[in-house]
Amino acid sequence: MEIFFQNIFNALQWGSFYALIALGYTLVYGVLLLINFAHGDIFMVGAYIAFFVATFLLGSYGVIDPGTFTGPVIVALAIPATMILTSLVGVALERIAYRPLREKGAHRLYVVITALMCGLLLENGNLALLGASRKRFPDLLEKTVFSLGGISVTNLKILVIAAAIGVFLLLHFIVTRTKIGMAMRAISYDKFAIPLMGIPINNVIVFTFILGSGFAGLAGFLFVMSYPVLDPYMGAIIGWKAFIAAVVGGIGDIRGAFLGGFLLAFVEIGVVAVFPSTLRDLLAFSVLLLILWWKPTGMFGMPQTTKI
Amino acid sequence: MLLEISGLTKKFGGLQALSDFNVRLEEGSATALIGPNGSGKTTAFNLASGFYKPTSGTIRFGGQDIRALKPHEITALGMARTFQNIRLWQDMTVLDNIRISQHHRLGYSIWDCFLWTRRFRRQEREIDRYAYEMLECMGLMDYAHEYPRNLPYGLQRRVEIARAMSVRPRLLLLDEPAAGLNSADVGDLIQLIRWLRTEFKDLTIWMIEHQMRVVMSLCSSIKVIDFGRTIAEGPPEAIQSDPNVIKAYLGDENI
Amino acid sequence: MQKYSFKALLLAITVGFVLAVHFQLVDQYVTTVAMLMGINIILSTSLNVVNGYMGEFSCGHAGFMCVGAYVSSVLSVLLFTKDRVFGPALLPEEFAVIGVPVVILIGGVAAALAGLIVAVPSFKTRGDYLAIITIAANYIIISCLENMDVIGGPRGFQGMKRVVGAMEDVWDIPWMPVLVLVGTILSVWAIRRFVSSTYGKGISAICQDEVAAEIMSVNTNKMKLVAFMLSSGLAGVAGGLFAHVYGYVNPQSFNILKSTECLVMVYLGGMGSLSGSVLSAIVFTLLIEALRFAIPALNSLAHQLHMVPASYEIGQVWKWVVLPLILILTMQFRPEGFMGKKELSDFFPFLKKFYQRLED
Repeated sequence: MEIFFQNIFNALQWGSFYALIALGYTLVYGVLLLINFAHGDIFMVGAYIAFFVATFLLGSYGVIDPGTFTGPVIVALAIPATMILTSLVGVALERIAYRPLREKGAHRLYVVITALMCGLLLENGNLALLGASRKRFPDLLEKTVFSLGGISVTNLKILVIAAAIGVFLLLHFIVTRTKIGMAMRAISYDKFAIPLMGIPINNVIVFTFILGSGFAGLAGFLFVMSYPVLDPYMGAIIGWKAFIAAVVGGIGDIRGAFLGGFLLAFVEIGVVAVFPSTLRDLLAFSVLLLILWWKPTGMFGMPQTTKI
Repeated sequence: MLLEISGLTKKFGGLQALSDFNVRLEEGSATALIGPNGSGKTTAFNLASGFYKPTSGTIRFGGQDIRALKPHEITALGMARTFQNIRLWQDMTVLDNIRISQHHRLGYSIWDCFLWTRRFRRQEREIDRYAYEMLECMGLMDYAHEYPRNLPYGLQRRVEIARAMSVRPRLLLLDEPAAGLNSADVGDLIQLIRWLRTEFKDLTIWMIEHQMRVVMSLCSSIKVIDFGRTIAEGPPEAIQSDPNVIKAYLGDENI
Repeated sequence: MQKYSFKALLLAITVGFVLAVHFQLVDQYVTTVAMLMGINIILSTSLNVVNGYMGEFSCGHAGFMCVGAYVSSVLSVLLFTKDRVFGPALLPEEFAVIGVPVVILIGGVAAALAGLIVAVPSFKTRGDYLAIITIAANYIIISCLENMDVIGGPRGFQGMKRVVGAMEDVWDIPWMPVLVLVGTILSVWAIRRFVSSTYGKGISAICQDEVAAEIMSVNTNKMKLVAFMLSSGLAGVAGGLFAHVYGYVNPQSFNILKSTECLVMVYLGGMGSLSGSVLSAIVFTLLIEALRFAIPALNSLAHQLHMVPASYEIGQVWKWVVLPLILILTMQFRPEGFMGKKELSDFFPFLKKFYQRLED
């Protein structure tokens, strides 16, 4: 029984990671109809940024005296800093790689290839610059275990799950209640009419990338706090999983990204509980394949129609 | 009866695009289907050519039930069509456009293709000869090696009709063949279709067309639909003075 | 007489190359690079069938290569040599001479069947979603093999060198260069004939307007099946050759990076240009080899000039920075590739005659 609840919390934690990353895919797809294949690697960059920000605040680079800040203060300072810096990376990607193509009116395929290649570039660029040795994220928060009727949960897990729920509520508010959120939804319906309505399309797109990459940065920070080892390829497999989650939920739909993320996590944890853990990735990809065979646009996605 | 459609209904979700649609096309006849925008004309064509599957109703072509067939199988039975917005393969020469439409008659497999068997070479020669013949008789010989995108709109229409004719259809569906053409081109188009009807004796034509000039000079019978329902049917003169038709196009007088 | 002269010329070049390798006039390294070039040519031309001519975006080509490599390796080790796991050879070792080409072809057939994973969903979906399916297929294939401990799992599989050795015992000619050469010529030949026939042009029709293709008598589902299976089958042949050249395969050598190499070759050469694919495969192979030497040279130069910190080494991983960058820049500045849709014969008309002679 205890193991069962333990697994439930593990699944919720992993689901939160998947959901936070899946959001970035879904937001960009919702607005640009572009699968931003580099997003998993933005998560990885976010994790590295988190590492550098945290060690900077701990005083490793000599600017700040070691011991100036305590752990919780560092977390409180580093999370926004990481989110801002990661969103800068996302926006830079958009400005340098995607926007010129969009303005040239290039075929969507070319943008997708560019995205895929940008992902590889980030991964291997990181590997080339920082070397293959893995970095270890410092312990910032003291581990506290809350136990409730035999079920024990760490404070970190609660933080992760709370962050995911908070982000969901915030995003839901932004998309449904604010002007820029409405503009985001409008762009996905008609890219050509939006500028005519006086909405600065590029600002909306940049805002979308800020949101998506910012949350990827948050996910990166929380991830390395939970699993404190960094390596350049960490974004690839988690990014793909998150992407599967987004597709399962119906890419372009925020609720879908969340549900898909949690669903995938529960399925994976369930599989690992029964089968050897090497089958986990195989299963995740098989789920993706089956869903795309059966319902190509996911749980919340609209069916595509051809008009002649 | 070449084409017999009865009780044909098509729903998209809650929207009834076409309801209880009936039509009977006699061999060698020319019939027009008209109606205001969004009245379900193209839906009827899409159902007939197999691109949509009907919600209910029957479609018989040459006595055979074709509801379960794929579009390319229906084409092979002898039904060809053109599209409202020209859909040629723009990056292939006019000649290749005709050639590829011979897919249903290819008598060779991929292995013949790799091994260059005698059968393959004979078939390819035959297709080449036929394609040139088709272009010759449609007056497109000069453009055989041009890309359609480089041709004026009127010529593209002609190429599209030539492509449809090259599958040797018994029934030719023309979806707004005069759309976007100028007055001189429309004249040429009427000439062309008249010539097709004399040249290919049994050819049946079913067209969607708004320009009364085209309809009047080519079709012996007209069917008018609005909101998926048939509102009038008969020879052109009767249709022109039918109060229901006038209402559908111009609105009620008594508002 | 003249009708055959070009074929004779081709044959002479082939024989000349084989003799040169046999008598060790060219060294081992050059031979290996030449074989790699041939394998890359098969990969890029076969991927071009789907990504160029049919206009889909398949990015799991290495997965099919993997199937071909493993199936042919396991079969040839099982049949023609004594192995720790599989026991004694099932057939006399001398049969390897005929057996290995057959086994490589069987690998191709297996890869073509694996291509069904991608081909069947392509009936309903296209574009981005199909791209995802191809990537998922690549991961699934690799993951399956990593979970098969009988054939080595993640440690890889070997023993093909012994089979090739057995072939050389029977008849002492450089078998692998010959097989790669023959495989390359036949593959390019088959693809060229396919895409220039009325039958094969059906896939270009699907690329340009699928609806029109279906309604104008092209059986689109069948054509997609044919194109995907041809493409993945040839990738499987390339994989089989690759496995027998190196004598060792490992699931991770067919991961998404290998697929990316294939993509770079296709888009660099130009979608829908066969000679573009061949040329870019040659240039690409040379570029990779050049990087192998250029990176250490650059490293020592940078250290001499004190441009980088002494603790930092410019390593081979920079190759994987350069390659994506090349493709990104291609997409920005010349997205249609170097050749576009054109063939070499469009630039050099005399080649047209040459091709015609070749085909008579």
